[in-house]
Amino acid sequence: MAGWRAWLYALIVPVLAVITALAIGAVVIALTGGSVLKAYQGLWEGSFGQPRSISNTLVRTTPYIFGGLAVALAFKGGLFNIGVEGQITVGALATAFVGYAVSGVPFPAHLILALLAGFVVGGLWGAIPGFLKAYTGAHEVIVTIMLNYVAINVASYLLGGPMKDRNPAVAIAQTAPVLQSARLPPLLPDPQYRVHWGIVLGLLAAVVVWWLLQKTTLGFEIRTVGANPNAARYAGISVGRTTVVVMALSGGLAGLAGALDVVGLNYYYAAAFTAGYGFDSIAVALLGRSNPFGVLPSALLFGGLASGSARMQFLSQIPIDIIQVVQALILIFVAAPTMIRWLYRLRLPREAEAPATGDVQFGASWGKAET
Amino acid sequence: MTLNAAAMARVGSTGQLRLWLQVAVWSSIGIVLLVLTGVQFGPAATLSILTVTITQATPITFGALTGICSERTGVVNIGIEGMLLTAAFFGFMVGVYTHNPLLALGAAIVSSALMALLHAVLSITFRVDQIISGTVINILAVGITGYLNRQLFTAGAPPGLAAFPRLNVPGLSDLPWIGPILFQQKPLALTAIVLVFVVHFTLFRTRWGLRTRAVGEHPLAADTVGVNVYRQRYINVVIGGAIAGLGGAFFTLESVPHFEPLMTNGIGFIGLAAMIVGKWTPFGAWGAALLFGVAEAIPVAMQIQGINVPYQLVSLLPYLLTIVVVAGVVGRATPPAADGQPYIRQ
Repeated sequence: MAGWRAWLYALIVPVLAVITALAIGAVVIALTGGSVLKAYQGLWEGSFGQPRSISNTLVRTTPYIFGGLAVALAFKGGLFNIGVEGQITVGALATAFVGYAVSGVPFPAHLILALLAGFVVGGLWGAIPGFLKAYTGAHEVIVTIMLNYVAINVASYLLGGPMKDRNPAVAIAQTAPVLQSARLPPLLPDPQYRVHWGIVLGLLAAVVVWWLLQKTTLGFEIRTVGANPNAARYAGISVGRTTVVVMALSGGLAGLAGALDVVGLNYYYAAAFTAGYGFDSIAVALLGRSNPFGVLPSALLFGGLASGSARMQFLSQIPIDIIQVVQALILIFVAAPTMIRWLYRLRLPREAEAPATGDVQFGASWGKAET
Repeated sequence: MTLNAAAMARVGSTGQLRLWLQVAVWSSIGIVLLVLTGVQFGPAATLSILTVTITQATPITFGALTGICSERTGVVNIGIEGMLLTAAFFGFMVGVYTHNPLLALGAAIVSSALMALLHAVLSITFRVDQIISGTVINILAVGITGYLNRQLFTAGAPPGLAAFPRLNVPGLSDLPWIGPILFQQKPLALTAIVLVFVVHFTLFRTRWGLRTRAVGEHPLAADTVGVNVYRQRYINVVIGGAIAGLGGAFFTLESVPHFEPLMTNGIGFIGLAAMIVGKWTPFGAWGAALLFGVAEAIPVAMQIQGINVPYQLVSLLPYLLTIVVVAGVVGRATPPAADGQPYIRQ
């Protein structure tokens, strides 16, 4: 009895947030002289309206699942990982490198090796801000943002020089294609469907993260540190160590987001492929209320928006950027459920208005060092 | 009681001492570097590094002052980047259509202040986590500016944007060294420096500043003695937004006369770091902004000198420096006590 009511309450705010955001997006489109009908028709056709669009949506959903899980896991540990963008970038670079530079390894082993490289390098990149936070008190928000710019610049350097495809026919900055033995097979035999096994791995990853958080000692420590670092310290949990571990795992998940696009979708890496994934991932995690299973539908929504926006721009000439406005609006309404309640004159119980980040308040830890 | 006061005074003076020690260390490092470049490449190189430093420090200084206004009153602001970007675009847009730099500047200030108002509404009234509210501002800014830029200027912006000219302050600009470094800058660069003094004075020498700091340290106490916490926070956050408007205008009306998506490139976050490094004080933040300015000036100077290093690697310098400085300093920096905490009136 209480079960389905809880589900309903958990759903009502995100659903109304999405609807409201799309409505405001429609007003913006109309005000700037676009055709709302054509725009949203394109958005629908390009996202869920046709079998091929659904396949494309699932392709775009995959990195959002991993990125969203990365942010959500960090949230649970009381950390705001804005560095997903950079971790995705270095993860994709590492996977691409192992994919094209290592040869002579047979199919599944090479693929696993390539994915592992993305996980490990993304994890190391994520561990840096964790380490700095734990041992110097540097706030992870600033360090992760700075590392984003570092990663993007390093990628731009590597892709334009040392890691650039040697093939003289390739003019733009991208890596050589990964070998056949490192490619993730498509899910369906028909080549017009690009959906690959990454989406299945994404579902598995959500289960693993849920299991880690709810069923293991480490997960308990993570949640305790996130909810109250002082209590965690008093209970004998090493806050510093947990911080580093959370950020490493979070970075690893982000690295996989980039890695799967390389081995499953493009088979090489160019920086533009993953641009913007990081900030979208934050919205995915918040919309999913930092719950591993909540991340799945919100990643699907963002995958649909990403996949549909291209068709929207083609049909209606409305710039793709409007989707970003809609996403920001969704985020506003999810973060401030009071607004939704007020707009729709709803009477909601307290749990429906719980903050999207769970028990964690980031603002309060601003600039304060762990001692 | 007196014992307590004495203890506090002692803590204060060692903190002060440590701050000055840091200032001394950093500035001597800077002076040594400048002398070395002077010896290596001639005094003209040093002069150009210093001039470019002041220029590059401008938006960082504005960003840091935005953060100070907001955080001194207890509202964390990581939306500075988005405010800068918004202001850069709307300043550009109005400048292109009206050919009037002052109207353009006004548009930049108002648009950024409106973004700040949104941040205030979300974080003060709706008590959204302030870091998330700031993230919303950043994403929204990218979306709005990208959308309007493509919608309005797909075929390129019409020409005739009126940008700010270089100033020549009579008398002062002819001074050796100081003249070219400080008084041949463009107007916003000088405004930033003046604003550092203004914000310092307001914050530490006026009733408004005292109330602001009281609200940032202990809102309940401030409320008890009759300060309107919400009003104080709202106004400070919006004023901060207006200052970010000046910083945004720097990009399109003073630095380069055109708009590019994402052109603020992390400067807002670097400004935020400057605020932290400067321990939430205008002068400290300005010093840090100058440090980051040097980090941006050196690559420019290297290019002028024809030193061939991949630009992507040289341009890492400010970001790496930010990490090093934040990691080295922030452990000892103390934000306003109520920073980041929503206030709920009893």
